[in-house]
Amino acid sequence: MIAACDLKFSYSGTTSLEFPDFKCQSGNKLLLLGNSGTGKTTLLHLLCGLIRPDSGSMQVAGLDLNTLSDRDLDKFRGRELGIVFQQSHFVQSLTVAENISLPTMLTGSNMTVEELKIRTRELLDRLGIGHKFNSYPKDLSVGEQQRASIARALVHKPSVVFADEPTSALDDKSTESVIRLLEEETEKVGASLIIVTHDSRLKNRYKDRVELQPLTNA
Amino acid sequence: MRLSYIARRNLAAKPLQTALSAILLAFGVGMVSLMMLAEKQMTEQFERNIKDIDLVLGAKGSPLQLILANVYHIDAPTGNISLAEAEKVMRNPYIESGIPLAYGDNYMSYRIVGTNESYPDHYGAKIDEGLFWSKAFEVTVGATVAEKSGLEVGSTFFSAHGLTDGTDVHDEKTFTVVGILEKSHSVIDQLILTSVESVWGVHAEQDDELLSAEELYASREITAVLLKKRNPMAILTLPNLLRETNMQVALPAIEINRLNQQFGIGAATLRAIALLIMALSFASIFISVFDNMQARRYELALMRTMGGTPGTLYKLLLLEGGLLSLGGTILGLLVSRIGLFILASAVEDKFQYDLGNLGLLTSEIYLAIGATFVGLIAAALPAFKTLRLDIAKTLSNE
Repeated sequence: MIAACDLKFSYSGTTSLEFPDFKCQSGNKLLLLGNSGTGKTTLLHLLCGLIRPDSGSMQVAGLDLNTLSDRDLDKFRGRELGIVFQQSHFVQSLTVAENISLPTMLTGSNMTVEELKIRTRELLDRLGIGHKFNSYPKDLSVGEQQRASIARALVHKPSVVFADEPTSALDDKSTESVIRLLEEETEKVGASLIIVTHDSRLKNRYKDRVELQPLTNA
Repeated sequence: MRLSYIARRNLAAKPLQTALSAILLAFGVGMVSLMMLAEKQMTEQFERNIKDIDLVLGAKGSPLQLILANVYHIDAPTGNISLAEAEKVMRNPYIESGIPLAYGDNYMSYRIVGTNESYPDHYGAKIDEGLFWSKAFEVTVGATVAEKSGLEVGSTFFSAHGLTDGTDVHDEKTFTVVGILEKSHSVIDQLILTSVESVWGVHAEQDDELLSAEELYASREITAVLLKKRNPMAILTLPNLLRETNMQVALPAIEINRLNQQFGIGAATLRAIALLIMALSFASIFISVFDNMQARRYELALMRTMGGTPGTLYKLLLLEGGLLSLGGTILGLLVSRIGLFILASAVEDKFQYDLGNLGLLTSEIYLAIGATFVGLIAAALPAFKTLRLDIAKTLSNE
């Protein structure tokens, strides 16, 4: 389950953000909607444990993030979360397959090298970029990079997948395709899908949605 | 996939920067290592050849030249001395023994030295094949001479006048090889040994036959005598005894010490330059890791979102610096071997000395550990920044 209650955060004491309470059951999909400056990315960072709130509580994958140490948060992110960033970034010196293996390598997963290879191959094939297995990120088109980052977010079978503005630069057809891909793949691993976006095309896609309001204090 | 693999790939992704840092370190380590190797081998060669030779008796001139010519055979002799006068010195009560040396000819630039059996004995040289010389114009050749010149037991040759030149050949006297020595790693390896009589025989003049035995003895000359003292008083008294003659005694230990001091200034300068290059290479590693960290800030933050701890990223950068310095160090040790090989060829061609031992020295192991460690420190300093990397800010700024 993912839940937030009385969540507040401020940047160096100047800008204060208050977030609405919300809840999302395991395996469900949630939309975090808001225009620029409403704190979407900040909320995403809070839910991923990249920053800590000034007050309030958060539960992600059944864990109260406030109770976790920095080290535990690192491990938690690696094991339980998959994150698809707005711009796909990779470790440029590694191949696509190696980039996709990174989360399992960094968290010391139990998966064997062979299992990991099979899983990576399977994901890339499903996402239609199996032929890019041994390519380097710079050799991928923007669309292929986005698919590869989806594969990286799913490879370790996380409990929650966060997608930050996954459709901001896409036309309607591509938007539908990417969102469908995210939905199908998260369903396959039984993960919750949280999409953070300002894209109004997605507004009515899920019944669970949180609309973020402009900043409360500045 | 391990962290070391990612570190290797990150280094390989920036080949020019990596190569520059590695080559700088390799050059610095290589120079220091080459000096260590050359110094060690030169010292060993010098010590091995100087073994138990307390004094060298020869013609007046430069004492250092006397030592270099007669102990190491890498310089021209200062001149000849009378055999009768030299034997008087050998009979001095403070002298235990003496080895006469008479030379002035060569075969393919290898010196033909007239002496007696105590000379090979002194260096522990053993026969590999054949015998020691027993008659005039029989020779026993050193291992290197046999190897390089192709001389075998039963081979015959003519000597040439001088120590390196092969043009003025004494073609009326034929030398016969009767034995080949085992390699002793001493100067003997580079020499052709025969009796003193053979050397006199090559240079005999027609009117020698007209001289009486006493006159002939009085006219005999040799090049030098290697002396072993019975009493330390020999060092104090012999120079005074020889003051009025054309002879002198030189102390190998003192002359070589003086030579080392002269070489020492050059060696210290070279060592300082090598250390400076090493310092530059560490600065290069520092800049390389710092630069990588700045350029890959987003990648590092990304790795944090995938479960990498600050420690993981720190280790990764440390590994990159460590691999770079280890690679540079190993390359440096290889460079020093190549350098020594080239140096050894030059020295062998010019002085017939073998410096080709390419084994790893203990001091080089310390050098390698030290260089790798300092390389790690150079990487560790900028890598500290990863411990304080603000992931959210880094990801938001991108």
